[in-house]
Amino acid sequence: MAAQTLTIGKALNLGLRKAMEDDAKVVLMGEDIGKLGGVFRITDGLQKDFGDDRVVDTPLAEAGILGTAVGLAMRGYRPVCEIQFDGFVFPAYNQIVTQVAKIHARSQGKLPMPIVIRIPFGGGIGAVEHHSESPEAYFAHTAGLKVVAVSNPVDAYWGIQQAITHPDPIVFFEPKRRYWEKAEVDPDATPGPLFASRVVRGGDDVTVLAYGPMVKTALQAAEAAEEEGRSLEVIDLRTLSPLDLDPVFESVRRTGRCVVVHEAPLTLGLGAEIAARVTETCFHSLEAPVLRVGGYDTPYPPSKLEEEYLPDLDRVLDAVDRSMGF
Amino acid sequence: MTALRSATEVVDPVPGAGAPHLPQQPDLVQLLTPEGERVEHPDYSIDIGDDDLRGLYRDLALVRRWDVEATALQRQGELGIWASLLGQEGAQVGAGRAMQPDDMAFPTYREHGVAWTRGVDPLDVISLFRGVDNGGWDPVATGFNLYTVVIGAQCLHGTGYAMGIQRDGAENAVLAFLGDGATSQGEVNEAMIWAASFSAPVVFFCQNNQYAISVPLERQSRVPLYQRAAGFGFPGVRVDGNDVLAVLAVTRAALAAAREGQGPTFIEAFTYRMGAHTTSDDPTRYRLASELEEWKLRDPIARLKAYLSRSGIADHAFFDSVEAEADELAVRIRTGTTEMPDPPPTSMFDHVYAEQTPHLAQQRDEFVAYHASFEGGEH
Repeated sequence: MAAQTLTIGKALNLGLRKAMEDDAKVVLMGEDIGKLGGVFRITDGLQKDFGDDRVVDTPLAEAGILGTAVGLAMRGYRPVCEIQFDGFVFPAYNQIVTQVAKIHARSQGKLPMPIVIRIPFGGGIGAVEHHSESPEAYFAHTAGLKVVAVSNPVDAYWGIQQAITHPDPIVFFEPKRRYWEKAEVDPDATPGPLFASRVVRGGDDVTVLAYGPMVKTALQAAEAAEEEGRSLEVIDLRTLSPLDLDPVFESVRRTGRCVVVHEAPLTLGLGAEIAARVTETCFHSLEAPVLRVGGYDTPYPPSKLEEEYLPDLDRVLDAVDRSMGF
Repeated sequence: MTALRSATEVVDPVPGAGAPHLPQQPDLVQLLTPEGERVEHPDYSIDIGDDDLRGLYRDLALVRRWDVEATALQRQGELGIWASLLGQEGAQVGAGRAMQPDDMAFPTYREHGVAWTRGVDPLDVISLFRGVDNGGWDPVATGFNLYTVVIGAQCLHGTGYAMGIQRDGAENAVLAFLGDGATSQGEVNEAMIWAASFSAPVVFFCQNNQYAISVPLERQSRVPLYQRAAGFGFPGVRVDGNDVLAVLAVTRAALAAAREGQGPTFIEAFTYRMGAHTTSDDPTRYRLASELEEWKLRDPIARLKAYLSRSGIADHAFFDSVEAEADELAVRIRTGTTEMPDPPPTSMFDHVYAEQTPHLAQQRDEFVAYHASFEGGEH
């Protein structure tokens, strides 16, 4: 396959296809993922080509999806579970947190759990409640899980394949409002590691950290800041558990300033952990406290208010101003 | 009025089984009465030789001895807690011995009798209750999954495993265990929906021991549990859980049907938890002594012993030899428990992930350095 321009959604689709071709033990499970191809069409055409034993339209029960995935994993399969929307993962939360996350440890390594839990997450699509949430901190807080968030088609294509071949359970967050963003993907390229953050724009004044849908927002903020003569370094965190903060520390030691951006509510979000670690490690390099830009500590609001709730370019720049002015 | 009366009748928590003043249960499968009389059932027969009959007695007696010893060890401070199976030996041994070697069991945390039949070393179960590990046995090698403490979660695991068996084209089946309380869990109901929809080779084996800790069956269900299976679209059967022969026959048949592609069965093994929920529980607060006395008359071991003696299948020498073996087992369990080493402190960092993260490796190093910072490297 030659390099081609793909949306994030199509890159995920092709990545899933490749993973299924490479390993007959890969089984997709989820609601409406078969004939319909998923509500976002991420699994479009896969049931037709791989059969309904490998692309399973499940009964409508999320705990059932994850609980049966555990049993399939014990039997040597590699289940890839689609949770239709972020807000619907909670019926499966018990299975994910009390079972999926712990079984490798409690079996002293005898029972690996190579399960991928795909979750379209985040807001900005004008949806009704429970369709716009950012629940990543719940999973990043749970030992035994790994958590990644992709922001672009290249990472989507490679990341989903890397997640499926990885031996540990991975919660795989997909930025639903960016599903239609495009970039060139070269399937002959050699992908970088899954659990690594990446500097996506160099800069000297402030280090801005983001993941998933907020990477684009951070990059837009950096462009706007440049017009004002400010140089922002943007890092796509990519992996939320484990965090890969060495590139962040290196950056903050140069800039002395750090802003973390996420859609999730501020209190005890990823930004809090990152602020603590940056402060512990880069204390003497910091010119200002690590600042956070996030959703407010409210339930996700009705969609007419979501643009007020979600961090945008201006709120990122506001935080940059506060950091510079400290 | 009629509806009310029938609802009251069907939740009667005590089976007929020949006990005085109790209604008969026409649906209860029984092959051995509480008095030790062999009876026939139109749908279930048992094909079993004398050696195997004696083997069942040996299983029951040894499992009970293990249980009694473990309870004593807990009372003496050697175990943090113990979940006794006292009274449920017949249900568990019958179910476990119905399995074939390549079948897979998904237990709760009380299936010591099934563990025994799968060749799990009692000390590998004891280690969980001592706080040494979360179960020391190999789930794959024994065909016996680790215990699951979150009520009912294992029913979904068993169903998923059965879906894997289907995809492998294998001829095995899964035996998923649950209790009466677990039937109220959403995940258990989801498991049955999944099993039915995919016709998965899984048998749900519910030990209805009448209480979920303190809450009686009436709070969990207004219909007999086995009748719930009809709502999911597969057979349900109620068996005398204190009749090891009936349990063996019913479970064998259900597993065979599953292996043949006929899908799931729900078995309600009607039994009684003779002891406390765990050693932390006080059942005198919620149930009557008279109820316990009635159930003592239905003891699973006494009835088999009566049958074996009366029919001449086993003699005094046999029972004496089992008693001696039980004594040896008790000594081995006691010694093995008290001599069981604590796990190395750093082991909590091992196996959190199949592929260790740099962050956790660093935390482990810091933990080691912290300990080493005390004089002599220990504190």
